[in-house]
Amino acid sequence: MNHLYEYIQSYLKSDQTPGAAGNMFWVLVYIMLVFAALSVAVIAMNWLERKILAHMQVRLGPMRVGPHGLLQPIADALKLLLKEDLIPAEADALIFWVAPFVVVLAAFTVFVVVPFGPTHAITDMNIGILFMLGVSSLSVLGIVMAGWASNSHYPLIGALRSSAQMVSYEVAMGLAVVSAILMTSLNATGTGTLSMIGIVQAQQAQGEWFIFKFFPLGLIAFFIFAVAMIAETNRAPFDLAEAESELTAGFHTEYSGFRWSLFFLAEYSAMIAVSSIAVTLWLGGWLRPFPNLLSGRAADLIFSLVPGATFLFLAAMCFFNTVRMPKHPLFRVQTMGLAGFGVVLALVGLVLFIPAVSFRVQDVFWFSSKVAVFMYFYIWYRGTFPRYRFDQLMQIGWKTLLPMGLGVLILTASVALLQQNLWHP
Amino acid sequence: MAPVATPFFFYLLGGIMLLGGILVITRRNPVHSALALIVTLLAQASIYLMLYAPFVAGVQIILYAGGIMVLFLFVIMLVSIDRAGKERQLNSQWIVGTIAAIALGGLFIAVYAKGSGIFPEHALPMVENDNTQNIANMLYGQYMFAFEIASLLLLVAIIGAVVMAKKKI
Repeated sequence: MNHLYEYIQSYLKSDQTPGAAGNMFWVLVYIMLVFAALSVAVIAMNWLERKILAHMQVRLGPMRVGPHGLLQPIADALKLLLKEDLIPAEADALIFWVAPFVVVLAAFTVFVVVPFGPTHAITDMNIGILFMLGVSSLSVLGIVMAGWASNSHYPLIGALRSSAQMVSYEVAMGLAVVSAILMTSLNATGTGTLSMIGIVQAQQAQGEWFIFKFFPLGLIAFFIFAVAMIAETNRAPFDLAEAESELTAGFHTEYSGFRWSLFFLAEYSAMIAVSSIAVTLWLGGWLRPFPNLLSGRAADLIFSLVPGATFLFLAAMCFFNTVRMPKHPLFRVQTMGLAGFGVVLALVGLVLFIPAVSFRVQDVFWFSSKVAVFMYFYIWYRGTFPRYRFDQLMQIGWKTLLPMGLGVLILTASVALLQQNLWHP
Repeated sequence: MAPVATPFFFYLLGGIMLLGGILVITRRNPVHSALALIVTLLAQASIYLMLYAPFVAGVQIILYAGGIMVLFLFVIMLVSIDRAGKERQLNSQWIVGTIAAIALGGLFIAVYAKGSGIFPEHALPMVENDNTQNIANMLYGQYMFAFEIASLLLLVAIIGAVVMAKKKI
């Protein structure tokens, strides 16, 4: 018993990721934490997307279940679990059955290497970014399997579109990623890294996020990635694989109930995964804003207050809306619920003000808030852009993004060579 | 950390690869064959990982499982399954194929039986961290010429495909 306790304790003194320290207990704890956080994030995204889209279109969105529809995702999840799980008679049952799991596995496995902080990752691989791109590219297999196994026209067309789209945009995406990885090698030893934690540490060492490096080259590479990642995740305006006006629901037309919800889960966690690649490569990962410009103890202190202040602000918004709730007796439960939610948020905020907690958690906070900005952009795009036609999509991928990516890669390499050989001989 | 390259994992992955390979040639449905081939390729990537070549494993997953096999499936899905099932499963080259397979099998058995002198007694200690750098140094240093020729070959193939597919350029 004592031995076990020591084994668990020993990791706390190391400054490595649990995977690198080889401590199975903490690896399991981290996997559980990441999985739980992801599920909560997907539920929250479900609510936020409907709410934000509704407000963009001057609607109210879900309002009935819970205060401001806060419990709507739970109601939806219950409905999906209770729904009948259909397998079409002419479908290829085995592949139809396996396809959603392939998509979910690919979407979740990627999070093994996502660096939420210098030690807050399940593990760190020296091929981290390659692993993320590779495993997330496997999700297209699941989509293709789902579309083909349904033995129906709309899913097949959806799957064909999806595979063509993902294979084409992967090329531009890869070129953008390579130009960012090139930037990691601009140090004294001249060796770059593919490890996710190493990439962020390279930005820390060079004192500059890669989006601002060799302005505007880093920015262009980031832009290419930002466009390609929307196509990779099959989201509006590139959601041709599930274009509801043409293909009913695309590759998951024949799916219902639990299996459909797996596709939903996979789509949103894949969105979070590609956003975290973008954050890691170009936006400094877990680093707080302006780590070099506003350095020193005072700036550190002010920035360490931000996580708690954010939660207190959210709590204040909750209380503000509690006051604004209709004063009808029927709304009493909802008002109390909203006030209770506000209290929970305020308590979390207060806990985050404790220096020991804030010191441990602020990396995770900065990383997730950067990812959250991307998630908001995803919703914003969906509310703003009309869907592209398929030939336009291919044209953007092959004739615009690919040449841009090649150009940026060559220019980045040349500038880096010039910088190393001429300015610092 | 305990090494992952244990015989257990080798036999497990080897078994998965063999099973996948057998399924590829025995399934009548071409989509099932392609999916079995993907399983084989993924198990192969894991074997590269066991050999401390993580970069090769990553590239194997991205290129073969994620890229080429998707294009394979893309084409196969458009084939009519009913007609494909009725096609003859053997073609006229089976005699040559059998001879080649027997020759290769004989070679393997010969190496297994009396090949102990060919391989070094102890495997060189491999450093996992330098795998990517080592490959880069070799490709762009020692084997630069071969690498460029291979790229040129691919370029010719791409241009050829475009020329054949497009009637008017």
